Amino acid sequence: MNASPAERPLPVVDADSARFWAALRDRKLTVQRCGTCGRHVFYPRALCPNCHAELVDWVECSGRGTVYSYTVARRPAGPAFAADAPYVVALVDLDEGVRMLTNVVSTPLENVRIGARVVVRFTDVAEGITLPLFELAPDPLPTDSSAREGTA
Amino acid sequence: MRTAVIAGVADHPLRDGKLAPDGSVLAAQARVAAAALADAGIEWSDVDGLLSTGMWGVPGVGQLPTVTLSEYLGLQPRFTDSTNIGGSSFESHLASAVRAIERGDCDVALITYGSTQRSDRSRNLGGRAPVLTMQHETPYGLPTPVGGYALAAMRHMHEYGTTSEQLAEIAVATRAWAALNPAATRRELITVDDVLASPMISDPLHLLDSCLVTDGAGAVVVTSEEHARASGVTPVHVRGYGESQSHWTIAAMPDLTVPPSAASGRRALEMAGITVDDIDVVELYDSFTITVLLTLEALGFCGPGEGGDFVSGQRTAPGREFPMNTNGGGLSYAHPGMYGIFLLVEAVRQLRGECGPRQVAGARTALVNGTGGTLSSASTCVLSVA
Repeated sequence: MNASPAERPLPVVDADSARFWAALRDRKLTVQRCGTCGRHVFYPRALCPNCHAELVDWVECSGRGTVYSYTVARRPAGPAFAADAPYVVALVDLDEGVRMLTNVVSTPLENVRIGARVVVRFTDVAEGITLPLFELAPDPLPTDSSAREGTA
Repeated sequence: MRTAVIAGVADHPLRDGKLAPDGSVLAAQARVAAAALADAGIEWSDVDGLLSTGMWGVPGVGQLPTVTLSEYLGLQPRFTDSTNIGGSSFESHLASAVRAIERGDCDVALITYGSTQRSDRSRNLGGRAPVLTMQHETPYGLPTPVGGYALAAMRHMHEYGTTSEQLAEIAVATRAWAALNPAATRRELITVDDVLASPMISDPLHLLDSCLVTDGAGAVVVTSEEHARASGVTPVHVRGYGESQSHWTIAAMPDLTVPPSAASGRRALEMAGITVDDIDVVELYDSFTITVLLTLEALGFCGPGEGGDFVSGQRTAPGREFPMNTNGGGLSYAHPGMYGIFLLVEAVRQLRGECGPRQVAGARTALVNGTGGTLSSASTCVLSVA
């Protein structure tokens, strides 16, 4: 991702998310974990969206996950991303059970597949802002059981 | 309790996707409101309800759209609704207007929408401001809104083997309907190969899988059945409606292959006391071809994963077994940012038998499904003539 820091839309850190972004600066991907129902929660928020208990606890993630879906942006998301196109935007299911939007930055782009294993790559994009991007994991692809019909 | 009906509709003429004649977004809505009232045979002085929303004038006067619009139109409504759930807002406004009229909260409700986004050159694929929940998505550069729909399409292809050719069938059939509609923006026929050869925007969605970017304005007049009959118009009944929302950030969509129209459609059909087999004509929000395919499955016109087969062989084209998006849709008629009001306009015209060469013979019952955000909200209405 080559968009200049001045152009790229950066997360506007708030009281909900400050701890998440602070941990990323320390090369840690963290999410909340509900102390009542045990569910991991992303993005950070006040109440568990599953059981509505107050969210207090944070846990560090393994940084590993699986591509749930992806697209190759041939046209950029506005001028800030023009220099990057084409690039992969993906939904990654972390092994902890939460899904996040991110970029899979491995090349060639054609190697990105649904079901591919990915691992976090901490990427500094601006002063104080580190994004949790992902790259294809070196380990082999797992058996993909997510297709609902045959072996498609 | 009295019965609320649709008494009039109108859409603004366009030339090359721009308002013709040109005007501000408020002028466009004033003109279509006047046309819809004339269509209904109802006077401005009888209007006491106003429902509208949009993306115009934000930040600024557009943040209170019904207040701004009431003043511009010289109205002092006693009932207003400016609910904004994206492109499906106007199906929700219809349900809201029906309830208001049935309760006696107002007697004549005017629903309007307008946009000058093409004349303004105000659109690109940039994401929403990276604040609050969107701080976790916008920094990753998902082209918006097409990228979210592309993620859904990719997942549907993965799970069910759906193909780009099948998605293209929808664009081709919709264009064939547009060819029959003199008001449509793009009327030249296209083929599946044309769709596949058009530029890829966000894999797997091509340019011709995507809706147009046009200006536009539409209006719907809702009143009591008694008032409509006194005005001498054919009342269109609202037999059922339903609404649902599932997410705003695309990462929070529970299943990328199942939009919230699954729930809104079920509610609308239950309220109407009918099944999909009773529907004569279907108007589905078509921001992208995948939007239509997912909605067909969610509403139960076919089973999960069967959408690709369902639309194959030009099944939804003029003269075929499943008339759908008969004005040419957002893909080929017009798409001024929020398209939902035009689904209602076309459904009403079909039910009143006014559609000339694109008229669906014997259309008595229509299903309209609006989709907002990134498959985020859905609002379904079942309309019929007696």
